[in-house]
Amino acid sequence: MVVQALKDQGVDTVFGYPGGAVLPIYDEIFQQNDIRHILVRHEQGAVHAAEGYARSTGKPGVVLVTSGPAATNAVTGLTDALMDSIPIVVLTGQVPTFMIGTDGFQEADTVGITRPCTKHNWLVKDTNMLADTIHQAFHVATTGRPGPTLVDIPKDVQFATGTYIPPQKARTSHYQPQKKGDILAITALVEMMEEAEQPIFYTGGGVINSGPGASQLLRELVDATGFPITSTLMGLGAYPASGDKWLGMLGMHGLYEANMAMHDCDLMINIGARFDDRITGRIDSFSPGSKKAHIDIDASSINKVIHVDLAILGDVGFVLEDLLRIWKSRGRKTNKEGLKAWWAQIEQWRAIDCLSYNNSEKIIKPQYALQRLEELTKGMDRYITTEVGQHQMWAAQYLGFEDPNRWMTSGGLGTMGYGLPASNGVQIAHPDALVINVAGDASIMMNIQEISTAVQFRLPVKQFILNNERLGMVRQWQQLLHGERYSQSWTESLPDFPKMAEAFGCKGRTVKDPADLDDAIREMIEYDGPFLLEVLVEKHENCFPMIPSGEPHNKMLLGDATATDAIKGDGAVLV
Amino acid sequence: MAALNIKKGSSRKSAYDLRDPNADVIERHTLAVIVDNEPGVLARVIGLFSGRGYNIDSLTVAEVDHTGHQSRITIVTTGTPAVIVQIKAQLGRIVPVHQVHDLTVEGFAVERELALLKVAGLGEKRVEALRLADIFRANVVDSTLQSFIFEITGSPEKVDAFADLMRPLGLVEIARTGVAALSRGGEA
Repeated sequence: MVVQALKDQGVDTVFGYPGGAVLPIYDEIFQQNDIRHILVRHEQGAVHAAEGYARSTGKPGVVLVTSGPAATNAVTGLTDALMDSIPIVVLTGQVPTFMIGTDGFQEADTVGITRPCTKHNWLVKDTNMLADTIHQAFHVATTGRPGPTLVDIPKDVQFATGTYIPPQKARTSHYQPQKKGDILAITALVEMMEEAEQPIFYTGGGVINSGPGASQLLRELVDATGFPITSTLMGLGAYPASGDKWLGMLGMHGLYEANMAMHDCDLMINIGARFDDRITGRIDSFSPGSKKAHIDIDASSINKVIHVDLAILGDVGFVLEDLLRIWKSRGRKTNKEGLKAWWAQIEQWRAIDCLSYNNSEKIIKPQYALQRLEELTKGMDRYITTEVGQHQMWAAQYLGFEDPNRWMTSGGLGTMGYGLPASNGVQIAHPDALVINVAGDASIMMNIQEISTAVQFRLPVKQFILNNERLGMVRQWQQLLHGERYSQSWTESLPDFPKMAEAFGCKGRTVKDPADLDDAIREMIEYDGPFLLEVLVEKHENCFPMIPSGEPHNKMLLGDATATDAIKGDGAVLV
Repeated sequence: MAALNIKKGSSRKSAYDLRDPNADVIERHTLAVIVDNEPGVLARVIGLFSGRGYNIDSLTVAEVDHTGHQSRITIVTTGTPAVIVQIKAQLGRIVPVHQVHDLTVEGFAVERELALLKVAGLGEKRVEALRLADIFRANVVDSTLQSFIFEITGSPEKVDAFADLMRPLGLVEIARTGVAALSRGGEA
């Protein structure tokens, strides 16, 4: 019945790991060929792989794991998906209903543990309710603001027979978030747009989640109005990096011009972003002179952190469609003179060239490694995942994304160990594409076992490891905040990465001379199979530009000279 | 806006919420939350309050529609206007939550709480307790030669006042139900 429900939901791939309490479902999987099961090496890896699958396709990712430790291992992935609004459906086994509450073998209160880290979850006690519940899980995961759902299925419920209900008859009616935005509010936004002298679009993951159509509408709107656009980490690719209205990513490690424009704008149009603390910096001096409009499908995101002047509740795609239509019908007006002066100001900020760095001929700078990666893979059918840390920020700064769903990173939760399993999930969904995980030496070790999954399923994923033998971001903060006392932020005994790769059955290479870098990257791209490229980089490079915590957007640090002891006072308690 | 000194709740039936959303005054609001009566729904609501650091002054829950499997959770909470708005939005996105009513904003509401008070004493104190109970329209629901249990229904303030009076007269124990509330008028 579970397998039938998955088939009827259009599922073609399940990421999972078998165990005692899900054996009946695994038996069903064995006896069919429609759904492909990807055996991971750790349940956290299963959820991250499903996230990669979901984010690169727009379809929900599906995970099947057993009870107890499997469910607790899935918790990090569930929380990650909740923070980043990724549609995931996780099916967990559970001890039989008559054993629940007895501290049975591999029993955990899965529904209780995962309640705060799922959008919704269910314990199914009656086989007749099983299909209906699974359909509801898909409906809730994919409707409104997407997120993870979990269905906990006791073993006796799996064994029993019951009536199957097809998706069309499932009880999904009452959870129907509003999609269309209020026309009066949208018209008010159009009026603000017509007047604004220094407008900016600030877009987020909501544009990606709304589907490719929303990105298309966004591009049309930006190009027609001529307003500058910046995006959060989660929203990269919604507007192409090559577009001339593109200011680059904003936020703590965002580009100077993007942050300055956010600070000085007079109209901020937030489309599907949530004023995260990585974006806002110091709240009381966040963009002090601007009117703020916020388009979001989740009412609880509106006025949560930043009070806005105009809120539009609805799906980004629907709202953008109405916004464009109304703006056009009113004569496509913008404040041309104001915009011209605004762009002149932005060009001055751009001229600072905040991403410049001192390159070296002796040692590979991490920025240089990513620039070369960008240069040599640009234009390819490319998907990028990342782990979390300095390499993630450099990847966001130096790689350009032309399309949505091409960039998979752990934004809200900041989960080290996300990238490698996510790259597996992306490659499963796009077998012929070039999938690269930009990683650090510390992050990759957190789910390194998933290389084994890549080898088993012949996934030609590329692990691009910037190895500085440090926890780079931690080290950077210790330098800036803790008087250069580098407590526990380096690794004494890293593995020999290429040898480790070979032990897993994957190809590996180390490169440390800048002159060899291009050749190494080419070998990685051209190799037909999983490949691990270890790039030995400058060990003490810091990630700039940076807004020190507790400071507003216009107090950015551009390089080391200005950075020592930069974080003081109240900012020190922030993360 | 604050200078207008508009009384809390006076925005009834008005299209405009006249309270300053950024005010840092702490307000007390009574919320009625209509939920599916399914396992764990109360844990979701309580988990939201504890997880996000909101206050619960009082909470009552019971099934109100047996055929429709719906329960009504009445929550009395305190916070700044911005926090109250956030609480309502967060409650609204819990999947089994159907409606969130802010009875404090939506108009005038009737709030009642039931309490049982055990008062032990002899002589003049015992007589005085009974006399005060009569003034407060509290009923005696259990009696021994040394004690009474009073049942009192009313607003939380009335119950507070009665409990304060009973304390010097030998209050032993008190049990309160928390607030149940309905908006006045003919509409749901």
